Amino acid sequence: MIRLDRVTKAFGSVVAVDSVDMEVPAGAVCVLLGPSGCGKTTTMKMINRLIAPSSGKIYIDGRDTSGIDDVQLRRSIGYVIQQIGLFPNKTVEDNIRVVPDLLGWDRKRSRARAAELLRLVNLDPAIFLHRYPKELSGGQQQRVGVARALAADPPVLLMDEPFGAIDPINREVIQDEFMKLQAELKKTVVFVSHDIDEAVKMASHIAIFREGRLIQYDKPDNILAHPLNAFVAEFVGSDRTLKRLRLIKVGDVMLSEPPRVRAEDSLDTAAALMEEHGHISIVMVGPRGRARGVVRLEAARGKKGLVAEHVDKLPGLVNVQDDLRTAVSTMFTHDVTWLACVDDDGFYKGYITQRGITHVLGAAYRDR
Amino acid sequence: MASSLHTVARVSLIAMAFALGAYLQSRGLLTSILRHWGDVVYLTRQHLWLVALSGTLAIVVGIPLGVLMTRQGFERFADIATQLVNLGTTIPTLAILALAMSVLGIGAPPAIFGLFALTLLPIVLNTVAGLRTVPGHLLEAARGMGMAKWQILLRVELPNAAFVILAGIRTALAINVGTAPLAFLIGGGGLGELIFTGIDLMEPGMLLAGAIPTALLAILIDFVIGQCQYWLVPRGVNPLR
Repeated sequence: MIRLDRVTKAFGSVVAVDSVDMEVPAGAVCVLLGPSGCGKTTTMKMINRLIAPSSGKIYIDGRDTSGIDDVQLRRSIGYVIQQIGLFPNKTVEDNIRVVPDLLGWDRKRSRARAAELLRLVNLDPAIFLHRYPKELSGGQQQRVGVARALAADPPVLLMDEPFGAIDPINREVIQDEFMKLQAELKKTVVFVSHDIDEAVKMASHIAIFREGRLIQYDKPDNILAHPLNAFVAEFVGSDRTLKRLRLIKVGDVMLSEPPRVRAEDSLDTAAALMEEHGHISIVMVGPRGRARGVVRLEAARGKKGLVAEHVDKLPGLVNVQDDLRTAVSTMFTHDVTWLACVDDDGFYKGYITQRGITHVLGAAYRDR
Repeated sequence: MASSLHTVARVSLIAMAFALGAYLQSRGLLTSILRHWGDVVYLTRQHLWLVALSGTLAIVVGIPLGVLMTRQGFERFADIATQLVNLGTTIPTLAILALAMSVLGIGAPPAIFGLFALTLLPIVLNTVAGLRTVPGHLLEAARGMGMAKWQILLRVELPNAAFVILAGIRTALAINVGTAPLAFLIGGGGLGELIFTGIDLMEPGMLLAGAIPTALLAILIDFVIGQCQYWLVPRGVNPLR
């Protein structure tokens, strides 16, 4: 847990950070967001005292950081920077071993740790341990950068636009990998970014800065749904409601326990079920409940026969784990207003409608 | 490409050495050079001694001086020092030796001091230049990970500047070996004794007996430091590997 208590930094007469109060809970990913020069990086660097606060206190797990030796403090905090900053004179292994070495771990242990971390960031130790940074791609370098920051297993991780210098495609991949890692390791992360999309994707908390002041500090969905003022609203973008799509899972919006038919059911049964629920189509499932196809009302009504004879292909599926953005995108792709939702094994779990999505997004505004 | 160039260089060097040998032999110079063999061995040792002492002194003083000039609070001195150094290089070597002699008297000490002063400059300049090219973000990463200042210097700055620093030492020692014959003029000994005496007596054999070992020494030292550069600088920051 990190707590900032009225932290201020003045460079001469310029106040870079002005009396910031905030608390980052343990295990949270807090993204400090804002235009350049807003004080977000300065705020982050005050946590490991690369910049000493002019006034105010910073506590990590209840301990006042000003009472800890700067060098000792930094060794207990992981640090990742945009330029990556791998030491070109050291191999990947030695780069990862920097902090363990400083802490006086024995060689065997730190070497084993380096190999373990490389595997964690999806790099094969057999290939990469003894390479030099110049022999790696940008994405690989930043993976090593993250591994290096995690080397001594620090509870807190500071990341200064860590993925900013990586090309967009690899950036997405590395962000996903990092989130997976974070779900496992549950570090307390303070992450500086100027990219709202990155923030929405990564953050459990977003802090928006402007001219040295903390303007709004909240969960991403709240920031997007209820920007505090015009500045925040403009910063997060006029499409902020669309950005919220990313934050909500299909499983939270879908209607579960949906009506369904089987291949051997008669068309009468199917038509009756649809009319009962007011639907114009119904999903046909296989013997164990996997979504197999769809029967339309106009195809079933007044006809004799079995469902299996009149089934159409399903026009696209979503996984319950997907976010709404994916669901909406799939709907647009197939020009439909509803989608069948399945779990990882393909079992039919429910359906999601455009109406349902807009209802959920709108709820945040109606509650006010 | 590079290796074929090397082969060409090697073959032409051997051809030149052979041609030189044949020429010297035909003029009867080889025998007159060999007549000075005893002197050559003795003076080469003396020459090496001058070079080693002044060079080592220059390295031992020059690198710390260069490091100091890049430390926080000393940067202003670095610029002033650079200007002074540049000014210093315009003073003729002989003048430096003469000045050293006027203070330290005649013999090896003023010669060593003069050579030291001459060798110091490129070493300091290259140390400063090498340390300044270490990117700021490396220092920030090092600081952010909890390295103390001396650890940043030893583990990050010096290894990353090593190639440029060694290049400075290479230049400096090449100058040193080539200038060392002048030491004879202030009584410092060395192969200059054969060269200048050879000139004065108009005896080319004697002159060459001093000049050829001097040239060979210069090549040898350049080669040795080149190898140091190749093997000592970590592969990740070594443009030669």
